[in-house]
Amino acid sequence: MSVPAVGAATDPFQPAPGWDLLADVRELFTYAFMINAIEAGTVVAVLSAVIGWFMVLRRQSFTGHTIAVIGFPGAAGALVLGLSATVGFYAFAIAGALVIAAVRFDGRLGYRTESAVAGTIQAAALACGFWFSSLYGGFTGGASALLFGSFLGITAGQVQTLGVLAVIVLALIAMIGRPLLFASVDPSVAVARGVPVRALSVAFLLLLAVAAASAAQITGTLLVFALLVVPAATAQLLTARPVLGLGLGVAIGLAVTWTALVAAYYVPYPIGFFLTSTAFAAYLLAFLASRLRRRSRPAERAPTSDEVLEPVRS
Amino acid sequence: MSDGDPVVRFARAAVTVAGRTVWSGVDVVVRPGEFVAVLGPNGGGKSTMIKAILGLIPLSAGTLTVLGGPPRARNSSIGYVPQRRSFDSEVRIRGVDLVRLGLTGARWGAPLPGARRFSARARAEAHRVEKVIELVGASRYAGRPIGELSGGEQQRLLIAEALAARPRLLLLDEPLESLDLPNQAAVAALVAKIGRAEDVAVVMVAHDINPILGYVDEVIYLAGGHAAEGPPHEVITDATLSQLYGTPVEVLATSTGRLVVVGATEEASYSDHRHHP
Repeated sequence: MSVPAVGAATDPFQPAPGWDLLADVRELFTYAFMINAIEAGTVVAVLSAVIGWFMVLRRQSFTGHTIAVIGFPGAAGALVLGLSATVGFYAFAIAGALVIAAVRFDGRLGYRTESAVAGTIQAAALACGFWFSSLYGGFTGGASALLFGSFLGITAGQVQTLGVLAVIVLALIAMIGRPLLFASVDPSVAVARGVPVRALSVAFLLLLAVAAASAAQITGTLLVFALLVVPAATAQLLTARPVLGLGLGVAIGLAVTWTALVAAYYVPYPIGFFLTSTAFAAYLLAFLASRLRRRSRPAERAPTSDEVLEPVRS
Repeated sequence: MSDGDPVVRFARAAVTVAGRTVWSGVDVVVRPGEFVAVLGPNGGGKSTMIKAILGLIPLSAGTLTVLGGPPRARNSSIGYVPQRRSFDSEVRIRGVDLVRLGLTGARWGAPLPGARRFSARARAEAHRVEKVIELVGASRYAGRPIGELSGGEQQRLLIAEALAARPRLLLLDEPLESLDLPNQAAVAALVAKIGRAEDVAVVMVAHDINPILGYVDEVIYLAGGHAAEGPPHEVITDATLSQLYGTPVEVLATSTGRLVVVGATEEASYSDHRHHP
């Protein structure tokens, strides 16, 4: 991934939407960079929504964010060394996931100190990332794209890498989906039934690392949550059904990504802003909808107890 | 194993955790269809006994036979409800999904939408899940997110989860803890009913014998590093408990038939010794 400067000043053109929707869409697809961006965005949206659904259910959002932030010095460092930022993102995110896995399994203490350790690692990672970016040359453009996202410089090769990794990750999820859900919701029973809960936990951290590093290439490391958390969290607000929730998360992720890409094409602000604000708007709507729905069925929502108590209550 | 063989048999068994012998010389037998309560003071090794049966903690001496073989995890013929606090209100998964995981969760793969239409196995599984939810009386709220349910409702669904795979042995670790008194009575009656309806042996760890006194066939009392087993009124006596604790203990019966243990260390009385509310 090259690191293009972001902003109106360097935009080669100033497109504006016409009134003919079909013509506007056709115009989007005439530019190779735009096709790459839409393809990459689509792949990343699907991958992030699926992995994000499990991440939200497992309450590993903070871990996911830490892994994405670790990708920042990786990407910046790779650029300094003359490598592609993509390689740096994946290498550091996967290494970070392995470190987190090792810390977590170091007895029960690991679980309690996890957030402090992760916070410390995040700070160090951001510092290193900024340092590498300044080494690479004037950190305004480079660091900004790595942190807050960019869709201008996505290459066809990058799209291919994203696609292959997404297919692998989704195939693995299809293989381990049921036991992973069991281990996420009810780990102590899952262990007793012979589900390899620890191995699944490490495996999931690695899948999460790939998803976070993939998303970071479009959203930037600081805004991965726009695709990794928000669509999944929105879906879980709307439904507690696993399969429906996964499907809904994917649909929301795609809607958010496509809307943001079109907006970023016509309006000269960074893609990360559009992604995050669209995703946030979707979440807000779902939140309001779920609140309204709860209010409309108060009888069902009241903390009912068991049958024994009901004659007394009613 | 044949039908009359014990479901669980500890023989001269001992468990050592972190260098400390939790209990030793334990001889205990649980027969098919029996309802057995495991009682005793905190730290007496009640949960340890459950974990040993599950194959999660090894014995340091003696033998343990579970369902005709050595104890091991991955045993779908054992249903397990661990000791726990309730699900957080943020857990966005339905009760019915949890119960289904108890039946299919250990299997690789991912659930397909609409599998019931073309797979007879998926239909049979859905039917089993529905039936076991009906058995615990949770049909009305099984479709709601588990975190939104009351403690008693969650406990019923957790029992359904443990029962889904048709186990021959049900292990319940303090299922009545954190329930109010009417719910304790209701869940105790439910467990006794399930034991008969599903022909499954039940081993339940309990703080207090009284809610289950009318249902249990036997009690296992763990105290002072040893165990006593037998019908409740033979085990919960001055003589047996004094011998276990190694100090004089008195068992009082209230006018309503409730049993209260006094005279031992404070932990020994089981009607109200909840130090951590």
